[in-house]
This record gives sequence, C-alpha cells and structure tokens, in this order.
Amino acid sequence: MKHAAHTALGALATLCTVGMSAPAIAAWEPVRPVEFIVPAGTGGGADQMARTIQGIVTKHNLMKQPLVVINKSGGAGGEGFLDVKGSGGNPHKIIITLSNLFTTPLATGIPFNWKDLTPVTMLALDEFVLWVNAEKPYKTAKEYIDAVKAAPAGTMKMGGTGSKQEDQIITVAVEKATGSKFTYIPYKGGGEVAVQLVGNHVDSTVNNPIEAVAQWRGGKLRPLCVFDAQPMGYDEQVADGKSWKDIPTCKSQGLDMEYLMLRGIFMSPRATKDQIEYYVELFKKVRATPEWQDFMKSGAFNTTSLTGAEYAKWVEVEEKRHETLMKDAGFLAAAGN
Amino acid sequence: MEELVNLFHGFAVALQPFNIMVMIVGIVLGVLIGVLPGLGGANGVAILLPLTFSMSPTSAIIMLSCIYWGALFGGAITSILFNIPGEPWSVATTFDGYPMAQKGKAGEALTAAFTSSFVGALFAVVMITLVAPLVASFALQFGPAEKFAVYFLAFCSFVGLSKEPPFKTIAAMMIGFALAAVGLDSITGQLRLTFGVTHLLNGFDFLIAVIGLFGIGEILLTMEEGLAFRGGNAKINLRVVLQTWKELPAYWITSLRSCLIGCWMGITPAGATPASFMSYGIAKRVAKKGNNFGKGEIEGVVAPETAAHAAGTAALLPMLSLGVPGSPTAAVLLGGLLIWGLQPGPMLFVEQKEFVWGLIASMYLGNLVGLIVVLTCVPVFAAILRVPFSIIAPLILVLCAIGAYSVHSSTFDVVLMLVFGVIGYLLKKCNYPLAPLVLAIVLGDKAEEAFRQSLLGSQGSLGIFFSNTLVSSIMILGLIALFWSVIQQGYTRLRGATASGSQAL
Repeated sequence: MKHAAHTALGALATLCTVGMSAPAIAAWEPVRPVEFIVPAGTGGGADQMARTIQGIVTKHNLMKQPLVVINKSGGAGGEGFLDVKGSGGNPHKIIITLSNLFTTPLATGIPFNWKDLTPVTMLALDEFVLWVNAEKPYKTAKEYIDAVKAAPAGTMKMGGTGSKQEDQIITVAVEKATGSKFTYIPYKGGGEVAVQLVGNHVDSTVNNPIEAVAQWRGGKLRPLCVFDAQPMGYDEQVADGKSWKDIPTCKSQGLDMEYLMLRGIFMSPRATKDQIEYYVELFKKVRATPEWQDFMKSGAFNTTSLTGAEYAKWVEVEEKRHETLMKDAGFLAAAGN
Repeated sequence: MEELVNLFHGFAVALQPFNIMVMIVGIVLGVLIGVLPGLGGANGVAILLPLTFSMSPTSAIIMLSCIYWGALFGGAITSILFNIPGEPWSVATTFDGYPMAQKGKAGEALTAAFTSSFVGALFAVVMITLVAPLVASFALQFGPAEKFAVYFLAFCSFVGLSKEPPFKTIAAMMIGFALAAVGLDSITGQLRLTFGVTHLLNGFDFLIAVIGLFGIGEILLTMEEGLAFRGGNAKINLRVVLQTWKELPAYWITSLRSCLIGCWMGITPAGATPASFMSYGIAKRVAKKGNNFGKGEIEGVVAPETAAHAAGTAALLPMLSLGVPGSPTAAVLLGGLLIWGLQPGPMLFVEQKEFVWGLIASMYLGNLVGLIVVLTCVPVFAAILRVPFSIIAPLILVLCAIGAYSVHSSTFDVVLMLVFGVIGYLLKKCNYPLAPLVLAIVLGDKAEEAFRQSLLGSQGSLGIFFSNTLVSSIMILGLIALFWSVIQQGYTRLRGATASGSQAL
C-alpha cells in the first residue's frame, strides 16, 4: 500500500515536471553541506563514481553548498542504507547505490528495503564482462564453458567481489544456464579480483569494464562476452585492435544471461517534490559535462538514465528479479533473522 | 639507463617552483592530519582530493602524495608524546617511543622516528626506481595462500619473539580475534556477532579501539599516578637532532633489516602495519639490548618506523603498476588517478612517463622536504610536554573524541572509544600486553579472509599452504619464529644436560 502511494507520488512528480515550462527553476536549494553516502569502501566502483561527481560539481560550481562524500560500507553497505533510512525529512543526504541495494537486505536480513528511500535518478548501468587470463587458450565463451564442463566439478575458480552479491549471482546463473560448476572465491574489491586473474589464482572473473580495462590494455586479460542484450556502444579501439563494441554478447555465445548493475541516486525518506526536483536537475547538469562523458567512456557504461516513476518501476522490476535469482541460488537470509 | 634519463626529467618537473610550493603545502597539511588521531591519511586525502582538480595531474599527485608522506611523519608525533597512535602502523612506535618521552627523551625519540622514516622511504624509492617492473611481476605471485602465509608470519614473529608470558599474549590476541570477527563475514556474506545492533554492522574499527586502549587508557593511568607528565624536562633545542644523529649510525643493521622487511611487506601487499610489528618483534629478539625494549630503547623506535615507511612507499608500486591499492590511502589516491583520466596498470609506465617519473621524483623530494619540515619542528613538539597535565589531558580527550568521531562520523564510536579506554586501563593493570590484541584487530579479519579463500580454492585441503616454494618457505619461517623460544630453550637445556652429564661422569 505504502509503495503504491509512493509510485503515485512519483508519477505526480513527473507529471508536474513535464507540465512546467523548461527551464525549471528549482524552488528548493540546500542550505547546508550535502552528505553524499557511498554504501561501499574507498576505491571501489561506486566510490569512484561518487568522487567523480563530487569533482565535477566542485569544478563546474554546480552547487552553492559543498557536496561531501562519506563512505559507510559496514555490513555490505547496510550501514549506509540504514543511515539514510533513519534520516527521514533531512533533504541534505543522498546515496549512490549499486546492486547491494537489493542483495544486502536479502542476504543479511537487515531491516531495509529500497522503498524506505526516495528514488531520485538513475545515472548509468554498469556492464559485466566474462574475463579470462590472456595466456589461456580460450578464445570464446563457448570454448571456456566447455573447458569448465570437462574439468572435474568445482576445480575451476571464479573470482568476484563480495559474497552473495552481483558477481556471485552471475556465477550461479552461468552455472544454471550451462550446467557447469565453479568454485566461487569472494574478494574485497574489483581491482584485486582482476589482479588475481592476471596472477592465475582464479580461472575467470565477471569484472566490470572499468575494473579490468587496464589489464586488458596491458595484454594480460581477454574479454570473452558481455552480459547485456546488445554489445556495448563504444567503438574506439582499446586493445589488440578491438573495441568494447567487438565483445560479443554472452547470449550470442550460447550463454543466456543478462545482468546490468544500477548506478543510481536515492535520497532520504519524506523528501518533497521540490527537493527531488533539485537533485534531478543537478544530476542532469552533471551528466552533461565532458568529464562525465569521459568517465562513461573509460568504464564503457550503459548510459541509460531514468527518473521519477519510470525509475521507481525499473527498480521494482529489478528487485523482483534479484529476489528470484537469489532464491534460486539459496542466498536468502534464514527466516526470522 | 633510459630510466635514469626519465628520472632526471621527472626531477625537472618536480622542481618547478609551483610544484615545490605544492609539496610544502602538502607536507604541512599531511602532518596536521597525521597528528589528529583518527583523521588519518585516507580521510585526509579524500577530503582534500577536490582541491586538486584544478591542477595538472602531476602537480595534483605531488600534492596528494606529499599529504600522504606528511601523515606518515605526523603519525609518529602523537604516538611518542601521548601514546596515541594516529595511524595503524604507528602502534609499534609507541612501545619504545612513549617510554622515551616519559624519560625526558622526547626530542631524541622524535628525531629517531623521523630520520628512520626518511631512511625507510628513501630505500623503498630507490628500489622502485631500479626494479619497478621486476617487483610488479613478483607481486602477481601472491594469491590468497601466499597472503595468509605473510599474515601468519607477522603473527608468529610477534608471539614467538615476545618476552611476555605466552598465555597472556595468546589471551590478549584471542580477544583481538573475537573483536575482529564482528560485522560482515566477507566469505559467506552473513552478519556475525552483531546481535541486531546497527552500530556493529561495521565491526570494531581498529582506530577507535587503539585511540581508546592507548590514549584514554594512558590518561586514566596517569591520573591514578598523580596527574603529572613524566618527561616534562625534555631538552628543547635543535642540538638534540644532531646528537641523536650521531647515535643512529650504530643501528645500521636494524635499519637495513627493517628496510628489507618493509619493502617486502609493502610489495606483497601485506602493508605497513604488519611490517612495523614484524620488524619490531625481530629487533627485540635480535638486538643486544633487546631486554630493554619496551622501556625506552631508541632502537625500538628505529625498527618499526623504518619498516613502516619502507612498506608505505613500496605499496605505491603495486598501485601504479597493477592498479591494486596497498593501503586505504593508496585506494583514495587511485580514485584520484582515475578522475584525472589516468588508468593505473601495466600501461601507465609506458603511456604516462612524465606523470610516473614526476611522481617518483616527488617521492625523493617530498620525503626530503618532509624531513626538513618535521625536524625543525621537533623542539616545538617536544615543548608540548611542558604544558601541565591538567591542561593538556582535557585537550587530548577532546582530540581523541574528535578523532574517533571522524572515522565514521558517528557518536556511537566516541562512546565505544571510552569503553575501550576503560578496558585498556584494566588490561594494563592486570599486566596483559595490548600489542597482540591490537595486531589481532588489525590483521585478524584479513588473515581469516585469506585463509578461507585459500581453502575454498583448494577444496578444503591444508596442503595449499605448502603447495609451492614461495608459500611453503614463508610458512616454515613463521613456524620457526613461533617456536623460537622453545627451540632456544630446548637447545640450552640440551647443552645443560650434556654439561651436567659430563660432570656426573
């Protein structure tokens, strides 16, 4: 019920935006420094994005008040989400999310759901690519999966970031789709995972492009396929005469699995329409800067962006999907926890 | 040869007047950050990162890395003067630095700490200059099993080489492990020991434990003993620096050993904290005056400081060449690199020569500038101890509270710090060593993670810790260190037995 009201409110907000003649003048502005919560550690993908945004806002003078990045990574990001959830009515707190928006409450049972927050805007979607060490003979996803199937079950190692989070969800989905069996080894951060693959301590990873691009360019890693419906849109050459666009989709390689990770902004509960509108406009300006576009290109991001009711709807569909994926994988927290 | 040409070019870049100014500003900011316990290098760099967006990437990284050096230097100041380590790797510096300050030798201790830091860092930079590519490929051999072996070695060399009663050491360490286990279990993704308390989601942060155990605990002890700083009679002129310098060359073996330990731990990438503990532990056992360690021995300051800085500097190498940060501060620096459009990794040395060699040149110069800045301030720092305890103690308390708060911007942490303070006081009263407890909090969860990652990979077989020469030799070194006193006792007893046996004949 609460959620229906929420969506209705969101729809109303969008209607008003459309109704108003552009350019919209934000009727509300922050009067104190705005806390920008990152529910992950320093140096990770979400942190990099938040700090890039902070840099862009500072450089282009997009806000009159400072934007302060704060990492609250405890309990797989639960610390950050609970902090924002508990700051109802404080419009000076926003949070950048990744998939742990869904996975953390499902896996740990902490009292949080994304509906506790106010959706602001989707910034981009992060891609996932299947990588192997360049020394290995596998040239296509099919060759690699066949090798995994041929090896004794569980001897092939998949490295990933965190436990019961996106990387492991993808791994389990790959296993189900192909009937193969990996041993999943969780690490703290994506950069570390990529280096473990270079050192041959794991056999493959599903790193985000930005986490592994340096090693690809250094000739150490090889991308096999991307977990998206269509190839990535960047046709500038990256390494061995190949661009991001040349990486085939996993589906075309007989690996029927799609997964994109949300990089979006939420704010504290009970925000007013004006307050939401202010942040929507702010991020619109951020997305228009050349620095942001360079950042998108360097990480081969999917630049889909949604706001208002569409955004809320997208998040809802994703939540259902994560619930199914995690239930199938047996990752849900024990009942009564 | 080409490297040398590049390096000189780098010096030319770093020596531009603007860059020198940036360097000095960075060092001063860094020292301030290092002095405030809890604020720490990582937070400091993160806060100041936006300042640098208007600069060229080279100037920006010079400024940020100088903040890093400054914080490394600054961490030693509060450790020695007030027994409050500002950074994890300064903990081992308190063991002998603080007793020295109490004896009125704060100036000597500070000079020794700063000079050793400089030597350690310089050694590591020279190594980076000469063997950068080789080192990078060595770091790649470190999987979970190898990492665990390094942590294992750090624990063993500290326990086995310590002269405290072994059961008290182990008891203190187990408390540390238990505290380290609180929070998210990174292998299964489940919460552990949080009892539904939101504040415990993040576990016990090392810094809060340390500020409480050492800082607050020490204030409580001093209050009990009569509200006065011992060590008020510290000499406060620059001559102290020169006198200490005359003494230092005598410890060259300790220094060299600490440099090697530090570089090795920095690259592997276990980091500065285990390096400082290991170096201290080994020096304590090997040094002639080892029995005096913990009572204010200058060598006990030289060993951990040299190793910590060699490791801190060497840790930048895996960051640049592999894109893996060796410390939280390095992680923030890494974020900075990405914002300037530089992609750390194997290609950085090829594509961004000016940047890389400018950075390496600034490591040489930044450390030198840092040493000059902090050494000239030694008398000022030492003079702080002349302020009456009744004035300084409340100030320290406030400083500790700010430090604890700023780690996670949480008031709960301030309360937690006070609780740790009382625990620290009680443990000290009962003669339990605090160092193993702290070591276990810092490295406990990392060691556990590496151990379980290894076992996942080997499907449960412990054989993985002896599966190749690298990992088995580190493990065997660890076992030898652990049983060192037993081996030594056995040897003496055997000799005694033979001696008495021959007498009986």
